[in-house]
Amino acid sequence: MSNGSLGWRDIKPGAVVTEPGSAAAYKTGDWRSLRPIWDHTRCVKCGMCELFCPEGCVFQNDEGYFEADLSYCKGCGICARECWTGAITMVEEEE
Amino acid sequence: METFSVYVPKLAPKYEGLVPGHRFCIGCGEALAVRLASKALGRDTVITCATGCLEICTSGFPQTSWNVPWIHTLFENVGAVASGVESGLKAQMRKGKIPEKKINSVGMAGDGGTSDIGLQALSGALERGHDFLYLCFDNEAYMNTGVQRSSATPYGASTTTSPAGKVSIGQKTWKKNLPDIVAAHNIPYVATACPSYPFDLMEKVKKGAETEGPAYVHIFSPCPTGWRYPVDLTVRIGRLAVESGVFPLYEVEDGSYKLNFDFPKLRPVRDYLKAQGRFRHLSDDEIQNIQQRVEKEYKKLKVRCQET
Ligand SMILES: Cc1ncc(C[n+]2csc(CCOP(=O)(O)OP(=O)(O)O)c2C)c(N)n1
Ligand code: SF4
Ligand code: SF4
Ligand code: SF4
Ligand SMILES: [Mg+2]
Repeated sequence: MSNGSLGWRDIKPGAVVTEPGSAAAYKTGDWRSLRPIWDHTRCVKCGMCELFCPEGCVFQNDEGYFEADLSYCKGCGICARECWTGAITMVEEEE
Repeated sequence: METFSVYVPKLAPKYEGLVPGHRFCIGCGEALAVRLASKALGRDTVITCATGCLEICTSGFPQTSWNVPWIHTLFENVGAVASGVESGLKAQMRKGKIPEKKINSVGMAGDGGTSDIGLQALSGALERGHDFLYLCFDNEAYMNTGVQRSSATPYGASTTTSPAGKVSIGQKTWKKNLPDIVAAHNIPYVATACPSYPFDLMEKVKKGAETEGPAYVHIFSPCPTGWRYPVDLTVRIGRLAVESGVFPLYEVEDGSYKLNFDFPKLRPVRDYLKAQGRFRHLSDDEIQNIQQRVEKEYKKLKVRCQET
């Protein structure tokens, strides 16, 4: 958790959280045991991998190809399973 | 199957209402469904959310995964609070306290929160005719508390409170048909959707939000944790449910039924069932029993589509 020293005086009445999307500070990438690798020579830039990612962490780079933001990617493999040209493979995460 | 002759960057809204960093399980179908729905709803939206995976995974205090105003309420009363949000916004606009514009009041809950615990509040809100949209994310059990059966759990599924064993096939009752119960309130828009058909889902959520009066979308949300299948199969499982007729995609507009994806020949339900651990114990006879039930229900739906 981002703020270990949060006390009751810091909490707004009604436990209101005022900063939209603040959970983005929580990086879920370390949940991952598999990592998606894109072979751009097979990619037709259709964007289905982006649309099907439950994390919403696939983005289009400057050349129009897609890749995952690894600080959030949980390694589910849905993008690889749904890419109909077979451009994505899941590889073991090594660390 | 949805055709892939699409170009997503042009067809789908870029906007995300749900940010990465949420705590849904790896490969969660509910997360995908919610993300797609939030794209379709856009910024001018206030969400009322019941307890469940959806709430727990997106609101780890003091953070939020939401980019829009979002209220966590009790299990029982999403319908009531979403009604209040709509009425409150209307009153503030009438008094000139906020500018006059369309702001979506959207209730969200799981199948437990909708078909069991929150049904009374939902029915009241539908009957009173509030201008709001209700989205049920149906993962067919109380997942957040550890896979307990609900009235939306399908026949034959093993859960922790309907365990399969020597004397039991698992869930003994057939899944409650909630879209039908909602449609019986004669509201202007009811639909079923599944994230494996993302454009259909976004279209229906958008249509529901734009509808004047109550609208309801029942969203099939495959759950790898509770259904026990490999995490990369979420989209496949949803497709199998639709192609086998287990979860048909349809709309009811002003009482008129329309099947959005009709298959001349349904896939055997076996293909859908055998992919999941919760159904693995089913005998051939039981699978045949489920097959007959699915065909019967599908036929009933088709007759309704012709008659209305
Ligand atoms: C009145 C009440 N009873 C029980 C609970 C405990 N509880 C919290 S989440 C949950 C399960 C929710 O199931 P569902 O609505 O299907 O959503 P899911 O987690 O499956 O997405 C339960 C039983 C509660 N919070 N309030
Ligand atoms: S789904 Fe495959 S082909 Fe389409 S953009 Fe993604 S990687 Fe490229
Ligand atoms: S592996 Fe899963 S989380 Fe990672 S980019 Fe692919 S779909 Fe998204
Ligand atoms: S239990 Fe199921 S619905 Fe809940 S977060 Fe995990 S995969 Fe999603
Ligand atoms: Mg549920």
